[in-house]
Amino acid sequence: MLFRTLTKQAFGSLVDLLLNSYEVIAPKRIGANVQGKPIHQYLPVETAEEVDLGYETTDYSAKTYFLPFRENLSTYTFKDDDWTQEIRYRKVLRVLLGLHACDINGLLKLDKVLARDLFPSPYYIARRKNTFIVGIDHDPCEGAFCHALGADTVTHGFDLFLTDLGDRYFVAIHSDRGYTLLGKVATKEVNDQDTHDYLMERKRIAHQFQTHLDLQNLENVLDITFDSPVWEKWGRKCLSCGSCAMVCPTCYCYGVSEQFSMDFKTARKIKQLYSCTLVDFAQVAGGHNFRPTPEKRLKYRYYHQHHGFIESYDEPKCVGCNRCGRVCLAGITPTEVIRELQMEERR
Amino acid sequence: MKVELFHYDISNEADLLQPVDFHRRSRLMQVDRVFKAEITGIIPLTAMEKLFQVRILDAAERERFTFRPGQFVMVEVPGYGEIPISISSSPSSRGYMELCIRRAGLVTGVLHKAQRGARIGIRGPFGTHFPMEQMSGHNILLIAGGLGLAPLRTPIFHIAENRPDYKDVHILYGAREPGQLLFGYQYEQWRRIDGVNLQVIVEQPDASWTGEVGVITRLLEKIAVSPEETYAIVCGPPVMFKFVCSHLSGLGLPMQRMFVSLERRMHCGMGKCCRCHVGSTYTCLNGPVFDYWTVMNLKEAI
Repeated sequence: MLFRTLTKQAFGSLVDLLLNSYEVIAPKRIGANVQGKPIHQYLPVETAEEVDLGYETTDYSAKTYFLPFRENLSTYTFKDDDWTQEIRYRKVLRVLLGLHACDINGLLKLDKVLARDLFPSPYYIARRKNTFIVGIDHDPCEGAFCHALGADTVTHGFDLFLTDLGDRYFVAIHSDRGYTLLGKVATKEVNDQDTHDYLMERKRIAHQFQTHLDLQNLENVLDITFDSPVWEKWGRKCLSCGSCAMVCPTCYCYGVSEQFSMDFKTARKIKQLYSCTLVDFAQVAGGHNFRPTPEKRLKYRYYHQHHGFIESYDEPKCVGCNRCGRVCLAGITPTEVIRELQMEERR
Repeated sequence: MKVELFHYDISNEADLLQPVDFHRRSRLMQVDRVFKAEITGIIPLTAMEKLFQVRILDAAERERFTFRPGQFVMVEVPGYGEIPISISSSPSSRGYMELCIRRAGLVTGVLHKAQRGARIGIRGPFGTHFPMEQMSGHNILLIAGGLGLAPLRTPIFHIAENRPDYKDVHILYGAREPGQLLFGYQYEQWRRIDGVNLQVIVEQPDASWTGEVGVITRLLEKIAVSPEETYAIVCGPPVMFKFVCSHLSGLGLPMQRMFVSLERRMHCGMGKCCRCHVGSTYTCLNGPVFDYWTVMNLKEAI
């Protein structure tokens, strides 16, 4: 990887350059919650003033720009007794500005499932390769446990990654097109002072984490405690609304349905993001449901995050952003559930 | 001032320009591209089930389409939806398959109304298969309950076409009522294959039934099983294969020589939609055919 430093002023012209050239998605302040804390979302922006890189977190992860909530998989056109199928993939570049390490790590996990495993998905790859990602370091979010999963730093999966050093940014360059873009503005070679300042800043951030979570051996713990009464307790709270999977940066499951147009001349095959906590997730034709209770479905979600995904890819699916804990209407947080599974209260 | 950065057109990828072939599981391809196929014949079986004879229209696609016993396809009726159906015909024919479909929901309901000549979409074949090569030189137990005879027909055809490769073959089939028995018109044909023993049992006989009465394990008690030289394939509802497999286990048949086929909801067939996920395993990629030891170790499998 190549590294450079960039003054804040030069960064400003870089943002202007991107805004002039492409659709830019960035953290944007959209309001405040009841405590007056600002709420941010990754949304399309038109001016540099709309971009708020000092944001803590967003309610939704950036996955929606790679796995949209609804996506057209193919279109059928009917004529006489026959039909034709048409499939289109994204080929327009888009810029995602100001992504945090957890979201980029989430994309790396999605890459493993959707871009590199058996049956790589052309829909996902087309979106992934046509997204220019500028990441940025930040102070820990409230309740996040990304450091426990090693997801608070990121080494690849982006084009540029920034660390704020006060008057300048320390920039990691991970792609040819990132290098091309930096060539358009004034940058400097990294000197000893820059490296020192960068390492100190990383150290400062690492010491800020307030949430500590023991994920030691969790993969086996989940297997051993499969029939634990802990699930009954949390299952009774779960409303089976599916919000946790919607905001999760790594949940990728979906359902497919088809729709005729009003004139019956065409039909669309539509993919819609789903959630394993929704009631009919594992229901088959004839009515049998393999996970009929909220308890079973919630347990399955944790089992996939921290056991199943490890079996397949040697790492947990979770990045520790705590978006699911923050969004849950019933107040189910991963930190509490995992602590109870680890039986910490009986120590 | 503007900047031009590299963008990517996946449609130009060499891999994506290749014809779709679902045997190339790790290569980039148009995963949602269907083979257009025609329903060439419909055979009514029971009040709930019909056998659809399906042929892929394009000659080149037909040549590429091969499958192995136990695999399934995704059947799409454009505008209505897509469902996983196990293939129920001989694996030696290319581009032609028979699909035994029970009327159970939206897509199957539409299929049951379809006429000969209707055009549907086929993606696949997907999933694991019964290890017919590994089974050669052994006695074979084929045990089915209810709709489970549909996927079992493929190994039956395979054995009939490769009879010298296998020793004694027992086909045991059970259903709740005589009216639910599938493929009744073929029993006589199968019985006449040299060294094949076929027995049928129902739980609730009607007035005209003269055959065996009871659950499927009753038929098992009547035959001699030599555990060291036998393989078993068991298809049916989970409660049925659980009883059958524990019975066989009790006779000394190793769990890794019993194969079952699991059923789950599926929306893709390619290990992406997660709907068929069991514990940590995709039924569509690592299954639907599993050995019984693996099934015992899957959380929530039965």
